[in-house]
Amino acid sequence: MAAVEMTAEQPSATEKLRRRLTSGRMTATLVLLPPALILFTLFVIYPLAGSGVYAFYDWNGYNTPTDFVGFANFERMAGHSVFQQSVMNSLKVIAVSLLVQLPLALLLALLIYRRTPENTVFRLIFFLPYILAEIAAGLIWSFIVDGNYGVVADLTRALGLEPYFITSDRSWAFTAVMVVIVWKYFGFHMMIYIAALQGVPKDMIEAARIEGASRFEVVRHVQIPMIKPAIIVSVFFSVIGALQVFDVVIPLTNGGPANSSHTIVTYLYTFGLARLKIGYGSAIGVTLFIAAVLVAVFYQRLFMRKPA
Amino acid sequence: MKTIAGAAALCAFAVAGAHAETSVKVLRPESNSPELQQFWQDVIAEYEAAHPDVDVEIEYFASEAYKTKLPTMLQSDARPDLIYSWAGLTLVDQVKAGLVQDISASLDQEYLDSFAPGALAAFSDGEAVYGLPMTARLVVFFANEQLTDKAGIDLSAIRTWDDFLGAVATLKEAGITPLVSGGKDKWPLHFYYSYLVLREGGAEAIRAAMEGDDEGFESAPFVAAGQKMADLAALEPFQPGVLSASAEQGNTMFGEGKGAFLLMGDWAYTQTIGVDEGELLEGSLKILPFPAIEGGAGDPAGTLGGINGYAVTTGAPPEALDFLKFLVNAEHQREGARRGLFVPVIQGTGDAIQVPFTQEINAMIEASPAHQIFLDQYLGASVGGTVNDISAELVSGDVTPEDAAARIQEAWEFR
Repeated sequence: MAAVEMTAEQPSATEKLRRRLTSGRMTATLVLLPPALILFTLFVIYPLAGSGVYAFYDWNGYNTPTDFVGFANFERMAGHSVFQQSVMNSLKVIAVSLLVQLPLALLLALLIYRRTPENTVFRLIFFLPYILAEIAAGLIWSFIVDGNYGVVADLTRALGLEPYFITSDRSWAFTAVMVVIVWKYFGFHMMIYIAALQGVPKDMIEAARIEGASRFEVVRHVQIPMIKPAIIVSVFFSVIGALQVFDVVIPLTNGGPANSSHTIVTYLYTFGLARLKIGYGSAIGVTLFIAAVLVAVFYQRLFMRKPA
Repeated sequence: MKTIAGAAALCAFAVAGAHAETSVKVLRPESNSPELQQFWQDVIAEYEAAHPDVDVEIEYFASEAYKTKLPTMLQSDARPDLIYSWAGLTLVDQVKAGLVQDISASLDQEYLDSFAPGALAAFSDGEAVYGLPMTARLVVFFANEQLTDKAGIDLSAIRTWDDFLGAVATLKEAGITPLVSGGKDKWPLHFYYSYLVLREGGAEAIRAAMEGDDEGFESAPFVAAGQKMADLAALEPFQPGVLSASAEQGNTMFGEGKGAFLLMGDWAYTQTIGVDEGELLEGSLKILPFPAIEGGAGDPAGTLGGINGYAVTTGAPPEALDFLKFLVNAEHQREGARRGLFVPVIQGTGDAIQVPFTQEINAMIEASPAHQIFLDQYLGASVGGTVNDISAELVSGDVTPEDAAARIQEAWEFR
């Protein structure tokens, strides 16, 4: 049946082309697409493809790479204890982000989402760390946790304890990094939740209240379900952001002590770029890129589909 | 007013630009010594006055950024003409890549002969010369005599490593921090490891390891050096939190009298510790050579430090080399020495040094049978970085001397 209708209505191929060309859409596409496509190719596809190629060479960055080593860079990376540690650390950041940072952000958002002057002040205070440049945040915290001069030093002195240097303690240095990450980014997620909470219709909450729902039940059964899209987005940012942590670590611990506090990206920088093993660095970069793409694709498929 | 001044400056620039036919671009890592920057400005002004058709531009990068950006810069259109170099394998890589030129044909023998042989050797390979050395740097023990006196230590009696360990123990007992260092940056700790290797096996051991003789970097001197460093670390000689202190923090702590010894390059005297001559620690600053190791094959007078200079890049105009020769002539070497900025590398110019500290440094370098370049520079970025890593880990106890040596060897093979 459909076929019959189609033949009646369907214009010929040439007619279709003619219509498209004259409708202006094709012209617009032809005029507007190339600049974007060229820029995208030049600044995204080309460097990506470049790293993809360099990853198979042993290359110090001089001249063109000639020493093809196959998968040697990847094998070396997989076997390097510092890399394994850095992957573990990045996973720890993801875990802390999801289990500590986001619940904290949600809790604070629930407390201060209403539009009142006091809440505005709190919002500003909680959002401040996010405004700071990462490198500045790392530096500030390196002073705070310094056992000789910092806030920690004052604390230990006041309590009559030995000076404590968390960033030179192998088992705790990365915890310091994670504290700073949570401190730095919870405000951002809080803002996402606040915006979403303000969009929840007031009459729904009122209706729930009238039905006898407690404050907790309102949060559990009305507000959280209503802001689910915002939570999904914030989890996504949080995971991708955790894979990219770099600038906080460098000033705070510089990956130390004993290379125990590297994330994947600081590992890439230290062992790939700073040591001029560009091929090796590319292999790490490619691996990280693939990991990020996989996360993004699966996450989108699982959680971010439009409701059917 | 500002606009007018700006416009005037622009005009002046335009005029200068119209006359200057060639520009020479110099790229160097940032120096936190204003005196050194002034020295550069003076030399450039002098050169430009004598050569009105040449415009010398100098650009500074932060030290770490300089190292990572250089490969890209050298292969771009913005390639500088003269680049700062710590010599070593990094320079060799640049030569191999054809990015640095052989300038030997434009240098006369008399001029070449005027350099201290070791200094020139750092920038040459056989007959070929790829740059000119300008300054010599030396790593020594800075000692705070006030603190060592308090603990009853006679500095002049510290001759061997065992003497030194004894002094460390004595200081500990007296409640004084024996050593301060910047372990977060790692390289200050690699001075210990490098010196221990030098004392154990001499510069020859390093050359032999590079050539793959014996067991390479897993040979006896390297393992023994690691063991000695682990022994030192077992005494817990450093300030608390040494592994989270930067090099500057370490230097500052020493300058504030918070530690008895600091193993550091002579530049700390003027640049970081930042003192007027003789004023540091109210005159109680002394310097000691790194102690000898009994039974070690290395000459106790052997030194660790740097030979720093400038390489001429491929395609640089002849004026670049001309300026470099002007920068590194006897007169300017003497001037830099006179201002106490560096130990010069042209023979016979060291007598211009007036600062007693620098005079002593110069005497040690002149008496040295072999001046080994910092291992983290000499072995190239990757192997050098590994040496820095294991040095810090020997202090934190995270690696055994054998594994430390094996890690260097592995990095060397993967270089």
